[in-house]
This record gives sequence, C-alpha cells and structure tokens, in this order.
Amino acid sequence: MDTVINQTENHFFSSKKRGSEAKGKFFIGLTQLAVILIIAILFIILGIIVYQGRSKFSWEFISSFPTNGMTEGGIFPAIIGTFILVIVMSIAAVPFGTITALYLTEYAGENSKFAAAVRFSVRTLAVVPSIIFGLFGLGFFIQFIGAGADTVLNDGQLRWGQPNILWASLTMSLLTLPVIIVSVEEALKTIPRELREASLALGATKWQTIRKVILPESVSGIMTGTILAVSRGAGEVAPILFTGAAYYLATLPGSLSDQFMNLGYHIYIMSTQSSDVEKTMPIQFATTLVLLILTLSLNVVAVIIRARIRRKAK
Amino acid sequence: MDSKLFPKTKTFTEESLKKQFRISEFLAEKIISSVAFLSIAVIFLIFIFVFKESLPLFSSGADSKALTEAEAKTNKPESYGATAEELKPETYGAETEELKPETYGSESVSNDDLKPESYGDAPKEDLTVPSTDETMDAVSQNQEGEDKTWSTFFTTEWVPVSDNPRFGLLGLLIGTLKVTIIAMLIAGPLAVLAALYTSCFASKRVKEIIKPVIEMLAAFPSVVIGFFALMVLASFFQDVFGYDSRLNAFIGGVAMALAAIPIIYTISEDALAAVPKTYTEASLALGASKWQTAFFVILPAATPGIFAALLLGIGRVFGETMIALMATGNAALVSANPFESVRTFAATIGSEMAETVFGETHYSVLFFIGSLLFIFSFALNAVAEFYVKGKLLKKFQGK
Repeated sequence: MDTVINQTENHFFSSKKRGSEAKGKFFIGLTQLAVILIIAILFIILGIIVYQGRSKFSWEFISSFPTNGMTEGGIFPAIIGTFILVIVMSIAAVPFGTITALYLTEYAGENSKFAAAVRFSVRTLAVVPSIIFGLFGLGFFIQFIGAGADTVLNDGQLRWGQPNILWASLTMSLLTLPVIIVSVEEALKTIPRELREASLALGATKWQTIRKVILPESVSGIMTGTILAVSRGAGEVAPILFTGAAYYLATLPGSLSDQFMNLGYHIYIMSTQSSDVEKTMPIQFATTLVLLILTLSLNVVAVIIRARIRRKAK
Repeated sequence: MDSKLFPKTKTFTEESLKKQFRISEFLAEKIISSVAFLSIAVIFLIFIFVFKESLPLFSSGADSKALTEAEAKTNKPESYGATAEELKPETYGAETEELKPETYGSESVSNDDLKPESYGDAPKEDLTVPSTDETMDAVSQNQEGEDKTWSTFFTTEWVPVSDNPRFGLLGLLIGTLKVTIIAMLIAGPLAVLAALYTSCFASKRVKEIIKPVIEMLAAFPSVVIGFFALMVLASFFQDVFGYDSRLNAFIGGVAMALAAIPIIYTISEDALAAVPKTYTEASLALGASKWQTAFFVILPAATPGIFAALLLGIGRVFGETMIALMATGNAALVSANPFESVRTFAATIGSEMAETVFGETHYSVLFFIGSLLFIFSFALNAVAEFYVKGKLLKKFQGK
C-alpha cells in the first residue's frame, strides 16, 4: 500500500513540477502585466494632457484673466486663488500637524491609550471622504463660527457667515492635517536616540531638547509634509465646492472674507458647466496641465527630500 | 551663611529661574498634548456638525412644525450664501438697478457691481431664487406629513426640487454600489498583482523605480482624473463598446479605479513586505519555487493587510466626489446595466448643496447622506485598523 502511494506521489510531483514551470511563468507574467498596465495608464494620461494642453500653455495663459465669458483668456485668478488657499491652509495646518507629531513621538508613552486614540483619529481623518470636509466646513465654519461671529461682531450683517477663502482654507487644512502629521512623525523617528540622550545628559530639559535639537533636525521632515499637503490641497476640489470657490471673479480676492477662484474648480466648471465645452477644450486641457505640473512637481520634490532623509538616517 | 556668600538677588533669580523652567516644561507638555487632542476633537466635531444639520429630519410631527417654523425665523439673518432678502435686489434688480444710478450716481453703481461679482456665479443664484419660493411652498405643504420625507427614503426616485419632493436614497445607493463594484473589480486585482510583483519578483533597482512611479498616481488630483475620464475615456470607450449614454457607471468605475489603485497598491505592498523573511526562506528551503512561494506563502500570509488595503480602496471610491460628478452621468437610474448613467451619494451632495437653502428639507437630506458617508468610512477604517491589524499581529508574533 505504502509503495503505491509513494509511486503516485512521485509521479504526481514530477508532473506538477513540469507544469509549474509554465504556470509560474504565467503568474509572474500576470503580475508584470499589472505593473506595466498601471504605469502605461499613468503615462497615457500625462501624455494626452500634455499633448492637448500644450497649444494653449503659455506665459500669457498663466498671467492673464479669463475673458469673453470664460471662453478665452487665461487662468491667472485661479492660480492666485489656489496659492492663497494653500498658503492660508499651510499656516493653519503645519503648526498643528507638527505639534501633534511631536506629541506622538516625544511625549506619548508606548502604551498610552490617548496616543492610540490620536493615531486612530489621524488615520480616520485621512480616509474621510473629501466631500464630508466640505459639509463640515459649511456646517461648522460658515454656519456656526462665521454666522456666530457676524451676530456678535457685525450686528448680524453677513460677512463671515458665507463661503470665503478663510473657511475654504481651514476646511482644506483639516483634510491635509494627516499628511503633515504622518510625514513629520516619520522624520522624527529617524532622528537617532543618541542625539536626544546627549542633550538630556547635558542637562537640557525635555522642552529645551525638543526646541533646540529635535525641531532643527526635523525641518526637512516638516518641509516634506508641507509640500505634500500643499500638493494635496491644490488639487482637491470637493471640500471647497461650497465653502468658498467661485465660478468667476473679475478681481483677485482682497481679503480673507472674499471668495476665490481655484484651478481644480475651474477645470470642473469649464468641463461640465461651460457654455461652450467644445470651444474651450484647449483651455481646459491647459488648465489641467498647469494643475498637474504643480501637484506632480511638488510631489517629486517631496519624494527627493524624503529619500534624502532616509539615506541620512542610514 | 548662604545668603552672605551669595548676594540675595542672585539666589532669588536662580530659584525663580528653576521654577520658571518647570512651568514652561509643564505648559509645553500640556499645550502639546491638547493640540494632539484636537485631531480627536475634529473627528467628533465632524460627526456632530454634519449630523446636526440633518437633525430636522428626525424630529417628527408637531415638534417638527414648530422647529421648522422657529428655524425659518431664526435662520433668515444667518442663512448661507443667498438669503431671500439678499437676492431680491438681484432678482427684481432690473428696476432698482436702473433707478439707482440716476438717484445715487456712481457710488451705488459700484456697490451693485461688486455684489454679483463677489458672489460669482450669477446663473446659479438665479436658480436658487425659484427654488427658494418653491421649497417654501413645498415645506408648508409638507408640514402635515413631515414623515413623508422618511417614507420616500426607501424608494428609488430622487426628485429633490419639486412641489412634491421625493428623496429616494435607494437609487443613489444602487448607483454608488455599482460604481464601487466596477472600480474595485478593476483596481483590486491590478493593484494587488502589481504589489506582489514589486515585493516578490522585482529586483531592488526595478523596485526603486516602480514604487515611486505608481505612487505618483496618487498625486493626480481626482478632478484631473475625472476630467480625463470625461474628455478622453468616455469617447474612447463609447467608440469601443458603442453604448448610448456617453457618461455612465462603467466610465466612472474605470476612473475611480485609477484613484483607488495607488492606495491599494501602497498598503498591500507594505503588507507583503512585512511578511517575515523566515516564511520565504522556509518555503524556498522546502523546494518551492519563487512563484509558488509568492502565491502560496507570502500572499496568504499578507491576506489581512491586503484585505485592509481593499477596504480603504472601497472607502476611497465610495466617497469620491469629483470623479463621480464628472464621469458617471449623474442620473439616478436603476438598472443592472453597467453602461447606464448613475448618480452616487457623494456626487449628489457635491452637485446639489450649492443650490439648496439653509434649513430646508433638501439641505437636511444632503447632510443626512453626508452623515451616512462619514459613518461608513469611519466604520471601514475601524475594521481595517482593529480587526485586520489584530489578526496580523497574532499571525506574526506566534499567536
């Protein structure tokens, strides 16, 4: 009995091995195909947008206002609006993100329940759909804080209780907070223990160590986080749909209580609600190209800085 | 003795210095932890404020009458965007604007000029005007049957702006599910296979190129992917398959797959890389070939992580707004055909919120959909976090 089983097993094994060569090639080929397909799609998107957008893409396009009911002219106000948005957003998000990351790496105990809750919240913030941030901005910033400020400060006159660039930026800063926290935390983790210990051994207090040793060391990490957050904030549209983005403005926003134009929102409006989608096609592609150049180049810079941090840590 | 050796002022400053440092230490720690607390608070605030705006739906009968009336009164000054009063000058503008320049001269002209500009989209505002009047009527008509809103939730008709508004969430749910399934059928296998190649078969140098390139896809804003789908993919696939509606669930699904691929890829790649090397070595030592090790040892070992990756991918697709707005056609049709237009939850919020008025039923329903989306993404993340991570830890740390 035993021998019979052995024989069949041997036979089975050898045939399986021969078949497995082909099978292996097939499966490895399958995984290769997936990689090639994804990368090909990426370059096809890039290629088509560059190809279609290049005719309109010029300095004049970037530096002039839209004219003729947004069917001609440039996208200057949209670029400026996007810049103001990401700057105000960074001013709000970077300090908070950095401090939260400092807490998680420097102050939180290993088994701290509070730190675990913070981490969970940060990860939840990262997966909450962006449109929810828009709703929150509308419900919290505009209806609650803005309208409240109006009743207290302006005798009920409408100034802050409506969509504007400040509320849009703050909404966006909540969305990009996890990006900053994760990047800074990663950078803080690469700072060698010896540095902290040396500083503490010299008699510095914990806060002194953080301020004089840890923070200067983590500047590049904070920069990576900021750049990634800016790249994200520049491209997101859903959170600003009803917290401050405007269809068309003849002037640049003069104060934080003004509405603003935005690159992503401009693309959305032009491609879905424009009076003449066919005619403005080159403008749409060129606007998309500008936005893509902005976000992709920021991302490349962040990747390079991050790689440098990692190399340094080794 | 001491006070004679050292001047009194100096000991005083030294002591005070010491004390000050302790205070600053204490303050620093407290401030830093309270800032860290903020991210927890934000999660709660998001839930509270998104849910709060949908509350009018939950108060029923006589209470709701009083509530809506009270709200209608209190809201007038603070209603968002365009109140009825504010719009009046614009709607009936023709007469007043014509008169004003004559009476007040250039100043008031500039005032009037500024207003529409600061609001931007004039056509949109015009749209809200009839809807305010209409919905005011609708609200008063609907008052005896406030629960009518509820009963319409489980139908498939989404007709938010009419004399008899119907908020059938079922149609939207089916649309969202349809797009999610299509997107995950494309993104799931592609991203997991690519992750498997990167972590098991690629040489170190190839890996260093592939990984950042695929992750670069995450840097594509969703509005760009939506635009690409709308302008290029839609026409391309229409030529290939020859269906009727240019924008449909399939196009939306393909575009959303592009958005979900980098998320699924990155997390599954991490999960695959986290499988202990001993697993691979043991498998290879037993005579298994490289691909057998990858598919029958590493892949199963990383299943919980890949499961988490797929969950987060679903979360991303489910809540994706811009791609849904631009590429799915936005018609709440109910059918099994993937080449029919659909309307998703997120796209409904995105397209209709700007046209609603603070406090009306439509507004509350949109916020209610928002709370549903939030709860769903929160739950997905919690499952991915606790269940999956717990399982992974158990597996690798020897039970």
